[in-house]
Amino acid sequence: MARSDVQLMLDVKAGDEQSFTLLLHRYRRPLVNFLYRMVRNREQAEDLAQEVFIRVYRAREDYIPSAKFTTWLFRIATNLALNSVRDNRYHRMEISLDAPVTVDAEDGEEKALDVAEKHPNIEQHLVEEARRKMIRHAIDKLPEKQRSAVLLHKYQELDYGEISKILQCSESALKSLLFRAYETLRVELAPLVAQHVRQ
Amino acid sequence: MSCSRMEKKILGYVDGRLKESERLEMEKHLSTCAACRMRVNEFRAVNVLLGELPMIEPSAAFDIRMQARVAAEPAKQSWWAWFAPSPRVVLAASMLLLATMWIGSRTDIRMNTVDIDKINQNMSVLENYDVISEFAPLSDLSQQSPDDDPSDFNQSQQM
Repeated sequence: MARSDVQLMLDVKAGDEQSFTLLLHRYRRPLVNFLYRMVRNREQAEDLAQEVFIRVYRAREDYIPSAKFTTWLFRIATNLALNSVRDNRYHRMEISLDAPVTVDAEDGEEKALDVAEKHPNIEQHLVEEARRKMIRHAIDKLPEKQRSAVLLHKYQELDYGEISKILQCSESALKSLLFRAYETLRVELAPLVAQHVRQ
Repeated sequence: MSCSRMEKKILGYVDGRLKESERLEMEKHLSTCAACRMRVNEFRAVNVLLGELPMIEPSAAFDIRMQARVAAEPAKQSWWAWFAPSPRVVLAASMLLLATMWIGSRTDIRMNTVDIDKINQNMSVLENYDVISEFAPLSDLSQQSPDDDPSDFNQSQQM
């Protein structure tokens, strides 16, 4: 039976380095993805994820299981990501939203030849890529806190209570935040939404 | 339930995170409100669209870098380690103790009561120094040599 996150962290506290590796393997992927969607840069997302894990490791001696491990982990990640986004805001403004999405895209590492193999219908692939780009841009345009809430809600599937603790707001405020975010996304993605609704 | 009250619950309904009583209340409202039904469908569509973004995989170097960073972290000492004296502190404390003992053992530096009495006697003379130094007869005497002629003294008195 797999040990719980809290148990693993308590084992790390007791000096078991192997438990830290297990936690790392359990959360590196969701954490890197969350941070990647926050900062929109793969390398930076990995650097931030490393920083999150190292902070968890440094705090092992003082760890008290007062909250869920994921609440603690994603609170550190959210704070680091928001600071990073604020630091890079000026730099990000210089990058055109229409810049070709290649290396940093989720599927951007696909090479042209692979694309042809995987997608016999290249036109269909381009349509799909345009949809994804539109979705990514819609998420990017959300205010920071709304974006964090959507990412934690949709991609990490955390419950409202946990997200509200991570974002340090009430559950009621979180629900309003999510509603506003979905409203914005509904408007930004109107053509795609209309397609879906028609189907 | 009014449409404005729906706002906070609409996403919970779309996600299936509402309590049974809330869900039933919502469905009752949706059966009579076309606008809210449309909103629910649109939010469902947004949810599906967000799910179209694929996940990325951490790079192969991620674990290696992480292990290197963890290995570079200094080992934490326990609270009791605070009491373990460092060699430098032990050396400094020993030297201080030896110096104190050496100074304490020097008997010629110690002051006995006789020395203190002598200082007290000299102090009384020093306290009257101003009176003595401004006393005119004494100052004149100091300028005259013991071989001076007393008649010179009388002449100077007459002048």
